[in-house]
Amino acid sequence: MQFIKKLIEKLGFYVIDVIENLGQVITFMYRFFYWCHRPPYRFQLMFEQIYFVGNKSLFIIILSASFTGMVFAYQTYFGFQLISVDSLVGPIVSISLAKELAPVLTGLIVAGRAGAAMAAQIGSMKVTEQIDALEVMGISSYQYLAVPRIIAGTVAVPMLSVVFNLVGNIGSWFIGTKALMIDEVMYFSKLSEFMFVEDLAQGIIKAVFFGFIISVVGCYFGFKVEKGAVGVGKGTNLAVVWGMILVLILDYFLTSFLIRIL
Amino acid sequence: MNKEIIVSIKNLTKTFAGHTVLENLNFDIYKNTITTILGFSGAGKSTLLKHILGLLKPTAGEISVLGKNISEMSSFETREFRQNFGMLFQYAALFDSFTAFENTAFPLREFTKLSELEIHKQVTELLLSVNLQEIAFNKLPSELSGGMRKRVGLARALALSPQIILYDEPTTGLDPITTRMVNELIKSTALKHKERGLTSIVISHDVRATLEISDYVAFLDHGKIIEYLPALEFANSDNPLVKSFINL
Repeated sequence: MQFIKKLIEKLGFYVIDVIENLGQVITFMYRFFYWCHRPPYRFQLMFEQIYFVGNKSLFIIILSASFTGMVFAYQTYFGFQLISVDSLVGPIVSISLAKELAPVLTGLIVAGRAGAAMAAQIGSMKVTEQIDALEVMGISSYQYLAVPRIIAGTVAVPMLSVVFNLVGNIGSWFIGTKALMIDEVMYFSKLSEFMFVEDLAQGIIKAVFFGFIISVVGCYFGFKVEKGAVGVGKGTNLAVVWGMILVLILDYFLTSFLIRIL
Repeated sequence: MNKEIIVSIKNLTKTFAGHTVLENLNFDIYKNTITTILGFSGAGKSTLLKHILGLLKPTAGEISVLGKNISEMSSFETREFRQNFGMLFQYAALFDSFTAFENTAFPLREFTKLSELEIHKQVTELLLSVNLQEIAFNKLPSELSGGMRKRVGLARALALSPQIILYDEPTTGLDPITTRMVNELIKSTALKHKERGLTSIVISHDVRATLEISDYVAFLDHGKIIEYLPALEFANSDNPLVKSFINL
């Protein structure tokens, strides 16, 4: 009986904690919209962050995208070959990449890399009083640290998603036409027949939202850090976990919405 | 001594979730002096400091700084008003991705329209004035010693020529030699900027350093000021708690 009581208590605390965090993340987003259009506009910081999120994630994105495209082409080919529609490998891989794989995998990679880095950078600034130093100088730490990072994430993730999409398609084309010997003309003709701009747009719109939520969560857990190095580690971990979870949850809702309007 | 009041605290009370941290504080800090707020850990010193800076709003009472009621200012007004303050943090709080030079230049780049040439000149002067050797100008905080970091922190705090400089536990965790260096730095800074009326407020629990550098000492205990006297008189206070604190 005691065990069940404790279990319910723990569960209750956990649920309250999750709801509390969600509420605070929403407040954090509100603060972004409050601060993002107020001067001074920190373009240099923003470009530095775009470079950090974008350029520094490029290698891992290219690597993941090329292998994702190649593996997906292989799997699809061997399934489709059984029903003699192997010429559809190109459009299947391409549509999947455009609508789902590119934005979601890019989101997950960026959450693991840049989201974690944002939480760690801001968290370590908090425990070493650097954020207090900004506030004492009369500089909004939120405007100085969070706004450029959130804008950078929102801009860089769609760009990375486009790169993912492109490289994934190259991987698929390479394996499909060079290794699996699908006719190249057929490959491209089916691709142009089944692939539409709306498919690409759907992925890019998703990536914009993923970039926004990953950087909001990364910054939020950074600002929430307490208790020294342990706190920084905990904040970083939470930023990655919640960043990834929210990308997956958001993907479902965005898909169900975008599929109706596009 | 000039007795112009620079910070006036009246009936200041602060409670957090029903717990009173500061209780009905009343005292003034005078221009051109070094005033130390002394007390045990948890006495409410940092909370008081945050009120002076306008980072916290009082539950009751008011704080006037430079003749303006800071507790009634909007958050934007308070941010702007904070340019009248400079602060040296306990561990200097230098931006770890900036060099010593960039840290000192930061407030100038943020709040002035000075050219890079003028900023370079001012930053060099500031860093030399706190006795930092030129060789350390382009070093990152992680490459500097504790004492050097304090010097850079002080140079950054002085960059905008503030009216008030706050020192948060400036000697905590330092070796005796660096402690002496920091104390001398506080005294010499106050002296160098005396003409323009710099007021220094120090938060500390280091009795020896306090008596060495301060003009006035306020003793804070459990959120109440139990003694506020010129440093010499404070050293001879009859208050039993102050006596025991001094003789620890």
